[in-house]
Amino acid sequence: MALLRSRIVWIGAAVVLIAALLPFWLSAYLLGILTAAYYFGVFAMAWDLLFGFAGEVNFGPTFLIGLGAYTAAILNSTFGLPIPLCVIAAAFAAVAGGILLAVPALRLRGPYFGLVTLVAVLLLQNFVVIFASVTGGEIGMTVPDVLSIDASVNYWYALAFLVVCAVLLYGLSRSAVGLILQASGQDAVGAAALGFNVTKHKVAAFCVSALFSGTAGAMLIFYMGTASVDTVVDVAIAVQIIIAAVLGGRRTILGAALGAVFLIVANEFLRPLGQLNTFVVAAIALGVILFFPDGLLGYALHRGERE
Amino acid sequence: MSGAVRLQVSGLGKRFGGVVAVKNMNFELRAGEITGLIGPNGSGKSTVMSLIMGLVRPNSGAVKLDGVDIAGWPAHRIARAGVSIVFQHSRPLQRQTVLENVKLALLPDSLLQLATEATAAQRARAIAERVGLGGVLQRHPWTLPFADLRRMELAKAVARDPKVVLIDEPFAGLTTTEIRVFSDLIRTLRDEGRAVLLVDHSVKSVAALADRVIAMYLGEHIAEGSADEVMQNETVRRVYIGGAIEAVERKGVAAEAAATLLDVDAVEVFYGKANALDRVALRVQQDEFVSIVGLNGAGKTTLFNAISGLVPYRGAIRFAGRDLKSLTAAAIARAGVVHCPETRELFGYMSVRENLDLGGGHLSKAERERQLAWVFDLFPILEQRQTQAARTLSGGEQQMLTLGRALMMQPKLLILDEPTLGLAPVILGQLSKAIERLRQERSLTLLLAEQNVTFALPHSDRVYVLDHGRITWHGDPVRFAQEMSTGYL
Repeated sequence: MALLRSRIVWIGAAVVLIAALLPFWLSAYLLGILTAAYYFGVFAMAWDLLFGFAGEVNFGPTFLIGLGAYTAAILNSTFGLPIPLCVIAAAFAAVAGGILLAVPALRLRGPYFGLVTLVAVLLLQNFVVIFASVTGGEIGMTVPDVLSIDASVNYWYALAFLVVCAVLLYGLSRSAVGLILQASGQDAVGAAALGFNVTKHKVAAFCVSALFSGTAGAMLIFYMGTASVDTVVDVAIAVQIIIAAVLGGRRTILGAALGAVFLIVANEFLRPLGQLNTFVVAAIALGVILFFPDGLLGYALHRGERE
Repeated sequence: MSGAVRLQVSGLGKRFGGVVAVKNMNFELRAGEITGLIGPNGSGKSTVMSLIMGLVRPNSGAVKLDGVDIAGWPAHRIARAGVSIVFQHSRPLQRQTVLENVKLALLPDSLLQLATEATAAQRARAIAERVGLGGVLQRHPWTLPFADLRRMELAKAVARDPKVVLIDEPFAGLTTTEIRVFSDLIRTLRDEGRAVLLVDHSVKSVAALADRVIAMYLGEHIAEGSADEVMQNETVRRVYIGGAIEAVERKGVAAEAAATLLDVDAVEVFYGKANALDRVALRVQQDEFVSIVGLNGAGKTTLFNAISGLVPYRGAIRFAGRDLKSLTAAAIARAGVVHCPETRELFGYMSVRENLDLGGGHLSKAERERQLAWVFDLFPILEQRQTQAARTLSGGEQQMLTLGRALMMQPKLLILDEPTLGLAPVILGQLSKAIERLRQERSLTLLLAEQNVTFALPHSDRVYVLDHGRITWHGDPVRFAQEMSTGYL
């Protein structure tokens, strides 16, 4: 395990170094795509902490992301708070919303938890549309401040954010708490019999997931300059995040980020296919889920491991 | 040798829907003593264990650990208070090593501890070495043989120095040598002053180890004492063997004359690494009633699941000359092999009538009405309870409904898995009469699995004895009564 871990660290460092140098090669357009993909990667990693480790399928990652994004957007455009304060507030809002959702929802078993999280997204979506005077409604709202107008700087912000989140989440997944969380997710009865309060650990995982999702949501709108239902709340976005995480590899954290980047970049490169492009990407995702249920990274790391 | 009372159970009771699983249980576990809790399958012993551990909440009664009532606490608090459990089936973390799996048990229930303490790793190593896992610390659980997985579960259970250790089926799936090693390990736990509870289905397997044995039947305490006393106890003997064995000689079916309906040929089943069936071969002729007797864990249910296409197997199973291996479970059932599992698998939230109608779903309306009338005639109580949800029925009524639903499918071969499971003697009499009527009124072949020999013998033309996945005896019921009645328990 130690060997595997150090291998991951080295590969990771090399990938980050190459990624950091990309602005010297790529056009501003491609950098823009990668920038969005990196924020998307954080969404997917935060989701994998819940699905891969806590064993709970959260169909509403965009509830947490949307809470963060809209909190930041409203604070910035209505109250004129500076970006760092907005991002911190967004993180708190997402965690508070996450607790409000998770504590009652975790009392339910199996598919009901997933359904509750799905309904939460629809509620948020409706809320945004109904209170259009504050939220901009279906058109979305423009934020006055942006991170930067330079594509390279925006790219480096996103990359740095992704790397920090990846290190924190990956480290957490490999920590003692991560071990307890995995045990709770895979065998809740067994974990309880070993003296672990399974609900407490799952709620904590939900909070951590919300923290990262909300922060990333806020960062994303300060990159794009707008917040809209279609980009940060819609169920379609939630589905994309889920596909990205499963594609990259359940229980790997880093795989989720790879899956997200792959998904967005593939979507972009297949754009010439027109309508067909979404279809091809979906078909690839379906193929991977059917034939490599452990995902791409999961398959690469755990070949030969069979239950 | 035995010390203070560690755990005191009083008036413990638990109901599941209409089924009473545990009724007014009273007993105590002492420090430095190994207690065996035995009872046939369905007697409620596992529920008692789950109630102590807090995996299931009791309806009534108290469980006192060193004087503190822990009944109704969540499992993690009970575990922290000093009770631990060794599950029969382990579900280890597959991506972690053996050492990491043991270390997990040593972690505090805290959200802030990110790194394991250095001492935790040392302690985990010491515990793992003590149970004999020293050589495989860095391996992953999926590469381990079955006995080592059990060792790992034991290591996890004793890691945090519990006062009370509950062990479910301590020797299931182990070889004779492994049983010896495990017995020694369990004795060590006693010598360290822990209270140990072994939960098992037979007296025999815990007799050598237990200082005291408690026997359960139908959720109630029926006997207590040394292993010998309990084995001699009249009630216990009646529960296990079903009283005096009476064989009824049947005119039966001439073995050569009748066609073979079911032919099980050298069937082997593995659960992971445990060999559940070892080259089992048996035949059932047309219109014959055949019993398979054997204690819980012998492999009866596995054999039936293989016949019904529910578990993969090696070897061949032929029904009316047709190889069943290529058929799905549903196709096998439609071909006329109808299985009443011991877990009954009723549709709990549907009414009695809906359960029966589903069984007869493939029949024409007129035929279904006729079949239903016959089932109601066989079990009049079902007719009275037509609109009641199946889960609210009592255990005996649920068994009748299971049988009724199976008969609605007009089976050619009816497979009955432990129909007497957890049922009171008066219900057994009713079931017995119903089975006798089946033989007289319908052309039906029956394959019956039982640990209650007295229930099985009067209904059998032939008997097979299954023990640890092997057929160890085969003959007619009269010979069984002569040869096997001793030494079976």
